[in-house]
Amino acid sequence: MDAPTEQEQGQETFDAVIEADEKVEPRDWMPDGYRHTVIRQMAQHAHSEVIGMQPEANWITRAPTLLRKQILIAKVQDEAGHGLYLYSATETLGVSRDELQELLHTGKHKYSSIFNYPTLSWADIGAIGWLVDGAAIVNQIVLQGTSYGPYSRAMVKICKEESFHARQGYSIMMILAGGSDEQKAMCQDAIDRWWWPALMMFGPHDAESAHTAESMAWKIKRKTNDEMRQMFIDQTVPQAQYLGMTIPDPDLALNEESGHWSIGPIDWDEFWATIKGDGRLNRERIAHKTKAWDDGAWVRAGATAYAAKQAKRLDKSA
Amino acid sequence: MSYEVHVAPGDEPQDIQFGGGTDHGFPLWEVFIRAKRGLSHTHVGSLHAPDAETAIQNARDGYTRRAEGVSVWVVPSTEIVASDDADSMFEPFEHVPYRHPTFYEIPDEVGQL
Amino acid sequence: MSTVTPQTALATYIVRHADDNVVIGQRLAEYVSRAPELEEDLAVSNLALDHIGVADHLFTYAAKIEGGDCTGDDLAMFRAERQYTNLLLVEQPHHGFGDVMVRQFLFDAYQLPLWGTLSDSTDDTIAGIAQRAARESTYHLRHSSGWVIRLGDGTDESHERMQTAVDGMWRFTGELVEADDLDRQMAAEGVGVDPSTLRDAWESTVDAVLEEATLTRPSDPFQTSGGRSGMHTEHLGPMLAEMQWLQRANPGLSW
Repeated sequence: MDAPTEQEQGQETFDAVIEADEKVEPRDWMPDGYRHTVIRQMAQHAHSEVIGMQPEANWITRAPTLLRKQILIAKVQDEAGHGLYLYSATETLGVSRDELQELLHTGKHKYSSIFNYPTLSWADIGAIGWLVDGAAIVNQIVLQGTSYGPYSRAMVKICKEESFHARQGYSIMMILAGGSDEQKAMCQDAIDRWWWPALMMFGPHDAESAHTAESMAWKIKRKTNDEMRQMFIDQTVPQAQYLGMTIPDPDLALNEESGHWSIGPIDWDEFWATIKGDGRLNRERIAHKTKAWDDGAWVRAGATAYAAKQAKRLDKSA
Repeated sequence: MSYEVHVAPGDEPQDIQFGGGTDHGFPLWEVFIRAKRGLSHTHVGSLHAPDAETAIQNARDGYTRRAEGVSVWVVPSTEIVASDDADSMFEPFEHVPYRHPTFYEIPDEVGQL
Repeated sequence: MSTVTPQTALATYIVRHADDNVVIGQRLAEYVSRAPELEEDLAVSNLALDHIGVADHLFTYAAKIEGGDCTGDDLAMFRAERQYTNLLLVEQPHHGFGDVMVRQFLFDAYQLPLWGTLSDSTDDTIAGIAQRAARESTYHLRHSSGWVIRLGDGTDESHERMQTAVDGMWRFTGELVEADDLDRQMAAEGVGVDPSTLRDAWESTVDAVLEEATLTRPSDPFQTSGGRSGMHTEHLGPMLAEMQWLQRANPGLSW
């Protein structure tokens, strides 16, 4: 009998690692499909964090108090940091950040649909923290158990930092909900505009989610889209009720037996349009990102040139 | 979750090949942080920077925002030499059980040993 | 809420430095998500946070000194251009990373010796704020001077852009080390610093960095000032309008 090939040996080890709920590490043998999927998902997760800075950065200069301004800057800074951790995790698989960025700029890589919506009032900042970060946290807590080691570790780090994001958002909503008539109206209007997009963040229904089975088998994905969406809905509806606000869904109903909330139909046309690049602000988000990169070309060139000069000088003096 | 590749009904999934890129940015550095006095430096991630001084500053901004560090090391990623984890170099040394204290039976009356 | 103006000499003095920091903090905040690299977005937001944090502490203290209902946010949000007393340098807009770093560097070279001296203020609150701000300024100066050097001595293009930035901001640097009666009064009481005593430290820092960066002082000796008496450039107005709009549109509410 022939000795096992490197491929067979690798597959056996890989399967055993997955089976035992252990982590796959960067230099392990892994199926091409696994490598490909993990790179793509981590990269899109990183892109989401970076693009996600924009809707909130939009309100930093107009934050109503110095404290709120500081909190918002800190939150946006965290998002940049999370992008950093995720690009770092992605690069362990041999792709460069610049390569990934080019794919983002040219529209080949996507980012979370939610960041294509505009922030039109201060209450949007509250809604984003509460609903958008709230939804992201549900997903990220589950992703802590993902099979690729660097991704899992990045998720653990991100989860530690993320809980303040949801709380600061909800604290804004609490103040608005207890404020003037205009503030209450602003609060309700933001919920009306962000609720459904937040639900869409979890992706298509399980039946329409092409790669779920494969991702679950590889333990990249640990819970399905619908499972996570339901977790989010169940935790969030009571929070809206506490605010005295309405969820914009006439079909929202509590199933007394199961304890779960059931919702009306999601507008999937809106979701797919956004994924395709025709959401409200896709073009603006990419233009902003690309401009920042292009505007910085001379800076990167200058710093690189200086580093080279310094290296030469050190060589000469050695 | 919506970081995955979503394929719209009726669409073909895109295939993107990786490897080879137009590297315009700064080189990659690995970051190690000593969280507090008494602990050793551990690897926390990586970042891009043009030189060591910038890398150290970026590491502080990127990896110690919540006071998670008292000391930072940065190393160009190209300088890291890694073992081949699949190598038999790391197979458990099962044939040397006498390296483990449990190999030895010591009577309880003898006390701390 | 009508315009709020500090009445006491001490509060007026403190508010100058609060104004400097909130204005430069606001400018840095405008730049978040626009930096040349992700790591630099992190660094710039860190700078912004530090400056706004200092401003917050100073405004709060000034409001406390003034007494009554006045809060730190009232001082930040309900004074218009003619009441703002920040240095002209910090209100200058930026058209790219070079401007951001040059503005920052020229200001940091002044902030560091300022906070260093104020750390010994006979006013304990000012001394406490100054001690923390001095630590932050050390880091800021390291960061901003690093970029001035890297880009001044980088490519021909980066060198030219940095020189243009230095030339454009230079006429606002004289004001950094100008003193008026209030400065002299506060210095005499041991509470504050006479900015003219910071000139040597500022010049030696700036000259050393410019030299290493292969950059030069501009030949045009023109200097302008007036910030401390509310005589600003036309840039401050729109910046304050953006910053204060939400509070002014809805006065008296909680956020």
